Amino acid sequence: MYYDIILSGFGGQGILLTGDLLASAAMLEDKHVTWMPSYGVEMRGGAASCTVVVSSTRIGSPISEKIQGLISMSKPSLLKYQGRIRSGGLLVLNTSFADPDLVEREDITKICLPASEIAYQEVGEYKMANMVVLGAFAAHSGVVSLEKLEEAAEVLLTGRKKKLVPVVKKALNCGGSYKKYVRAVQPVKG
Amino acid sequence: MLQGCVALAEGAIAAGCRYYFGYPITPQNDIPEYLSGRLPQVGGVFIQAESEIASINMLLGASAAGARAMTSSSGPGISLMQEGLSYMAGSELPGLVVNITRIGPGLGGIASSQGDYWQATRGGGHGDYRLIVLAPNSVQEMYDLTIKAFYLSDKYRNPAMILADAILGQMKEPVRLKKPPVEIPHKPWALTGASGRKAQIIKSLYLGDGEMEEHNWHLYEKYEQLQRRDTLVEIDVDDNADILLISFGSCSRMVQSAVGMARSRGLKVGFVRPITLFPFPHDTIRELSREVGRVLTVEMNTGQMWDDVRLSLHPGCRASLLARPGGGIPSPAQILSKMEKLLKAGDKVAEGIC
Repeated sequence: MYYDIILSGFGGQGILLTGDLLASAAMLEDKHVTWMPSYGVEMRGGAASCTVVVSSTRIGSPISEKIQGLISMSKPSLLKYQGRIRSGGLLVLNTSFADPDLVEREDITKICLPASEIAYQEVGEYKMANMVVLGAFAAHSGVVSLEKLEEAAEVLLTGRKKKLVPVVKKALNCGGSYKKYVRAVQPVKG
Repeated sequence: MLQGCVALAEGAIAAGCRYYFGYPITPQNDIPEYLSGRLPQVGGVFIQAESEIASINMLLGASAAGARAMTSSSGPGISLMQEGLSYMAGSELPGLVVNITRIGPGLGGIASSQGDYWQATRGGGHGDYRLIVLAPNSVQEMYDLTIKAFYLSDKYRNPAMILADAILGQMKEPVRLKKPPVEIPHKPWALTGASGRKAQIIKSLYLGDGEMEEHNWHLYEKYEQLQRRDTLVEIDVDDNADILLISFGSCSRMVQSAVGMARSRGLKVGFVRPITLFPFPHDTIRELSREVGRVLTVEMNTGQMWDDVRLSLHPGCRASLLARPGGGIPSPAQILSKMEKLLKAGDKVAEGIC
């Protein structure tokens, strides 16, 4: 198995941590993984992204031109990366920050959900939107299980961040039952 | 899962390095940031020096006193260190210098580049010397080769360099932190205080008749020994391969992907990755180029390692270069299409940059 995904949004939305959690969970499932952040002049509110590759065999390139999955948490990142999704690939979009009408692709599966609103409603924290989209991605794609994501959260969030673990788990599971929040997943046509 | 820079720092700790001297520069700041917290935990010393020139001379001093010590920087900072590196090689002092490269020349940029190959492998400073240069291509190797670099550096009493870039420094991958027993050899030459023994001197100045020539032949003999005993190379070659790809460092990861894609299309290909850039695996490449007959070197500069490849080639082997000098990363698809083009053209295609 081989899966590559770009996670993208604004700096400060927890994009890099979200990718780290995904990669760590895949590692706990004994997969080969790489996590590669975008690297340049980074700042809060600017663009942030990372590429995660999960594979059952040794990984060559940690970056990909064409990707199977895209998590987008902002309008600029949607516009920048949607063209790189392979035909038949998956887009998980946080519609709280990007209008789903901006999605131009008809040949991919789209999960459009207001992750920030869901996060606020369900766990009382807007900033858990990243965990909601990650939960939705995992539940739909099956690249990692929600259980492993929870386990990875316990490994990754230590020290001051340890108190966030229950909230993170709840947000991941909200994302996991994303079908409650979207009318239907729009499947690939044809 | 660890970031490359952090894995390298942990490798240094595992190797028994307890002294770090450095001055900030992107994209290697994760190393001093991490070590500034980690070294005090293990009884070590972290010093942010006032400049790279100070850093390399602090390293020289710590090494002269017998300690395992390191510094790290990037392109412009490494250039400033060349005088100190030359003095260390001349004085036969070990020590680790890490270069997480930028794009040069000048202040250049912070994206990945392999443009410091010549500087690293040709010595860089004045005089007739070499550095021991190791080029990791994974986060695991950022850890393993750092330990190895300290070992080789002490063994040959010569400074060693880890040559990596932002991809390897920033990337996270799973790492097994094997903790080998720390083997710091006895250093009878170290300046540890002369009470109870004769005074010793460490220097690189030899003014007597013929002294310098003798000294340089002695250094040369060490580099010959390195070449014979401690050349490291990864080889993955199909039987009856039609083309041999040669690449090092982060760039070799893209080549590995391309090799996988080529094999899934039924092509017979070979892949060679020099892990030590000095000593360079000349013999391996000479032998494989004789068997395969066509070589494609892929690197993120205008063909610096290609020099060494061409020095190694079996006469008659056709050599081509795919070069991306300046932040651009050759994609596996680009490498594959170049491979296919060369194979299709057979003997008609001219040698050189393609």
